[in-house]
Amino acid sequence: MTTSPEQQKTLYRHLLLTRLLEERMVSLYRQGKMTGGLFRCLGQEATAVGTAFALEEGDLLVPIIRDLGATLVRGARPVDILRQVMTKADAPARGRDGFLHFCLPEKGLYSAIAMLGTAVSVVAGMVLADRYLGKRTVGMTYLGEGGTSTGAFHEGINFAAVQKLPLVVVLEFNRYSYSTPSEMQCGAATLADKAAGYGVASAIVDGNDVLAVVEAARRAVAWARAGNGPFLLECKTYRRKGHAEHDGQAYVDAEELAEWTRRDPIARFERHLDAAGVMDAAAREAVRADIDAELDAAVAEAEASPAPVPDPEFRGVRADEEAAVRRRAETFVGGLR
Amino acid sequence: MDRDERVILLGEDIGVYGGAFKATAGLLERFGPQRVIDTPVVEEAIVGAAIGASLRGLRPVVEMQFFDFAARAFDMITNFAAKHRYRTGLGVPIVIRGPSGAGVHAGPFHSQSPEGYFARTPGLAVVVPSTAADARGLLKAAIRDEDPVLFLEHKLLYRRAKEVLPEGDGVVPLGKAAVRRTGRDLTIVTYGAMVPLALDAAAELAKGGIEAEVIDLRTLLPMDEETVVASVKKTSRALLLHEDARTLGIGAEIAATLAEKAFEWLDAPVLRVTAPDTPIPFAPSLEAAYLPGLSTLLAAARRLAAY
Repeated sequence: MTTSPEQQKTLYRHLLLTRLLEERMVSLYRQGKMTGGLFRCLGQEATAVGTAFALEEGDLLVPIIRDLGATLVRGARPVDILRQVMTKADAPARGRDGFLHFCLPEKGLYSAIAMLGTAVSVVAGMVLADRYLGKRTVGMTYLGEGGTSTGAFHEGINFAAVQKLPLVVVLEFNRYSYSTPSEMQCGAATLADKAAGYGVASAIVDGNDVLAVVEAARRAVAWARAGNGPFLLECKTYRRKGHAEHDGQAYVDAEELAEWTRRDPIARFERHLDAAGVMDAAAREAVRADIDAELDAAVAEAEASPAPVPDPEFRGVRADEEAAVRRRAETFVGGLR
Repeated sequence: MDRDERVILLGEDIGVYGGAFKATAGLLERFGPQRVIDTPVVEEAIVGAAIGASLRGLRPVVEMQFFDFAARAFDMITNFAAKHRYRTGLGVPIVIRGPSGAGVHAGPFHSQSPEGYFARTPGLAVVVPSTAADARGLLKAAIRDEDPVLFLEHKLLYRRAKEVLPEGDGVVPLGKAAVRRTGRDLTIVTYGAMVPLALDAAAELAKGGIEAEVIDLRTLLPMDEETVVASVKKTSRALLLHEDARTLGIGAEIAATLAEKAFEWLDAPVLRVTAPDTPIPFAPSLEAAYLPGLSTLLAAARRLAAY
């Protein structure tokens, strides 16, 4: 399963779009135009992009906070993301939730929640349903070291293993869970070791080598789709920013950070594209100019979007909610008649 | 399950064994392992899988072997399922059903009435049937609902609520209380296994000339305030009865609602008869003292009627 030159060009565009979109978000954050925290994926782009790239149309993906690249690969538009982080009325979550917490079911994108590990069994349930409905769907979701400490992860992977569900969990080993270093998060030598206890297959890949990630992810997806059960794919990468923009990452060793900055996945892929003669600097510059133009338009469009207007009746909690709506509205004005 | 192929079941020991209380007996043979799924001991993952399956078009029904164990799935229920429609516009049509309640000497971890934990979570519905016809009719409504429903079956009623079920579909809509007995002197508002107790008390009170109206809430969230308020406006006296502990129980919510909406009609303080704020003890003698009983209920009702 080699990655053709055309596919490599597509991968490059996804990687660069992820980074440039994130830079736009940094700018919006500094201007006070974003709502909530900015959780950057700087340095991890190849992991999210490469794994999502291995999925096929109709497959399902639930990203977590540093998987911006995966959402873009699945077809979320930059303007969707920008509206979402600015909590606009026409954002996918309509201002009711932020960042990557949104669903675009027509693109196979579903939302995680902030509680880590919960998506594992939810995606397992999705592919369980699809199997029952006669579809050969593969589901993919992501976790870091912290997420693999949760009971939700262990329950979910155990259930998926017993049911032999086509689930790929990408373990993004990025060195820190908020401020907690990996050795304080997990006693096992690798996250992939956790697979053995459940009779689940696993592999470890260099998460900053996008072509290696794509190939490993394709093997994992093929394994799952063939009915062999779940697969844990550990991608070794590094979180080059703090947990969120407010976190100055004082707990990080400067040498370690410098070393991983030298291993930047996009610069590395650019060197490969040069060496392999797939895209020269001029061709890459053209891609960058094209993305810049797209993002200029997307930022303008998102900024012009209206803020959501509070609904005086607080609708949308349940489908059939006539009585509850009445009660919520009454309660809001103090219950006096 | 005959009517709708999208209905699947997930739970512990629900297959060959037929469920700890035999609620799923025979269903594996009839519908097969694709629809009756025995799971490992993974309450959180069962609810998570049900959420995921519902997002892909199925109608999963989860059995909590004992409803106390829903604590293990609290995150999935209150954070994932309950908030999903509001956040994303996509409903999560799942039912989580199972035995709750005390009275069978099962101690502090197999006897709880956890409805209060959930009935204050926007996005959920919480249903507690008290009759066999309601158990069937409300469960059908719960499965056909577009959003998550918690369905608490009082284990004491499994063998005691006996009746010949009416012909037909028998769906009982969620959110509508039932007036089980009409009366003019006071209103007893209750649900679940306390309904037969309230009816026993009402029959006893009637011998002394006190006519109690008995309201069976059936659904705790959304609650049928109209029926409760209308009854109390008629009788002017309210006695709130539940098996769950007192503090911040369902009765507290009803009392506040009556203070807001029926204050001028009240001729007496709103009274609560509940279990005390303690864990549920194991020994039969201790449990009997813990549970609201007929004599306590009668004393409270007479005090209220005489106020």
